[in-house]
Amino acid sequence: MPGYRRQLYRDDALVLRVQKLGESDRIITLLTRRHGRLRAVARGVRRTTSRFGARLEPFGHVDLQIAGDPKGEQGSSLHSISQVEGIQLYGKALVTDYPRYTAASAIAETAERLTPVEREPSLRLFQLTLGGLRALADGEHASTLVLDAYLLRGMGLAGWAPALVACAVCGTPGRHGAFSVPAGGCVCPDCRPPGAAHPAPATLDLMAALASGDWRTADAADSPHRRECSGLVAAHLQWHLERGLRSLPLVDRGSTGERTERARHAPRPDPADVAKEAQ
Amino acid sequence: MYEGAIQDLIDELGRLPGVGPKSAQRIAFHVLSADPADVTRLATALRRVKELVRFCTVCYNVAESEQCRVCRDPRRSEEVLCVVEEPKDVVAIERTGEFRGRYHVLGGAINPLEGVGPDNLRIRELLARLGTGSVRELILATDPNTEGEATATYLALMVKPMGIAVTRLASGLPVGGDLEYADEITLGRAFEGRRAV
Ligand SMILES: [Zn+2]
Ligand SMILES: [Zn+2]
Repeated sequence: MPGYRRQLYRDDALVLRVQKLGESDRIITLLTRRHGRLRAVARGVRRTTSRFGARLEPFGHVDLQIAGDPKGEQGSSLHSISQVEGIQLYGKALVTDYPRYTAASAIAETAERLTPVEREPSLRLFQLTLGGLRALADGEHASTLVLDAYLLRGMGLAGWAPALVACAVCGTPGRHGAFSVPAGGCVCPDCRPPGAAHPAPATLDLMAALASGDWRTADAADSPHRRECSGLVAAHLQWHLERGLRSLPLVDRGSTGERTERARHAPRPDPADVAKEAQ
Repeated sequence: MYEGAIQDLIDELGRLPGVGPKSAQRIAFHVLSADPADVTRLATALRRVKELVRFCTVCYNVAESEQCRVCRDPRRSEEVLCVVEEPKDVVAIERTGEFRGRYHVLGGAINPLEGVGPDNLRIRELLARLGTGSVRELILATDPNTEGEATATYLALMVKPMGIAVTRLASGLPVGGDLEYADEITLGRAFEGRRAV
């Protein structure tokens, strides 16, 4: 083929998505550090004799050798993975905690959607995504907080972060109390469009803390404000994406745990016992 | 592009899982040159599978009657229930000869990226079966990959409060593999060495 060079190149990458191909192969969607998002085929990995398989599972940070033209046109040919070493396989920890697994899925899908063009380098998104998956696996912060922080900063890289410290319309500085997704975030009383939301001030404080990395404030937020913040972040994200994220409605925001908790105390907990426990 | 019937066949074959455009073309021309009796047999088999095979009303395995062979067998224990993703996993486990309990086929694994959540699988049906009280052990035999493990985590979370022992197939099944590709010996060992979760 004229102008087509097949060569080996090396990069580190995050495994965003894994799909079956044919009898025993997989197509791996990767967010690489230097070559942007790309899709590559991994041959034979579903055979139980493959030593590759475990390293090419979702949410892993891996070191790869890829065969293909790194600057090739999209669709010119599918790249193939010729070698892979695990740097940190975050998926192992994430699958043991269902809410964290669903949050990681939403991060991976967002990373894919924020890179609409294959092979367009985006170092900052790579670093953000790596940080998000690492934070989820570490378990230091609540998974929904890590997800919302990731979404806010990812939208920032895409150029559509919600305005939080100035009016989204006229730019008047200050923490304004109304929030409008179509207007682009917080709006002052003069610019407030009909239908703007009026979230609790603590919710907007939380959102600003997540956007700026103020984890002390974020960790201290209580659950009604966390929920309200998640709702606004999701609405803001969906407004800017052409189609909604499939994984976002499936993010477990603690309801599975609560159901389990309720079931554990079944049959009916005696109010007196609950009161005793609380003391 | 070919004309009419042959292109129609190529298009239909190309929609099958694992069949690319080149394979579809190869199969179509194979059919064209094959013995008419062979082709009729293939066509009949395709039609019959849709007419005769349905899902077992108890475990959602493939069945040719209301209930599958395992569910109809009175010698199979009702105390041990093995959860798998697909009917082909039932076949793989039956081949080991290690398991004498019953099955529940989920119809896939939880995969938020593909839009598959707990409500898209037969998890509600599983919990209803467990609610009858006859099951003492639930074996989670979902695939040893990320989606399979996450599904097992979710099921353990839902089922353990019901007071039922929950176990997972032992390691030895390589991560990232498909259960159906495990050989009988490895899969049999995984059954013997299952651990509580
Ligand atoms: Zn304004
Ligand atoms: Zn059955």
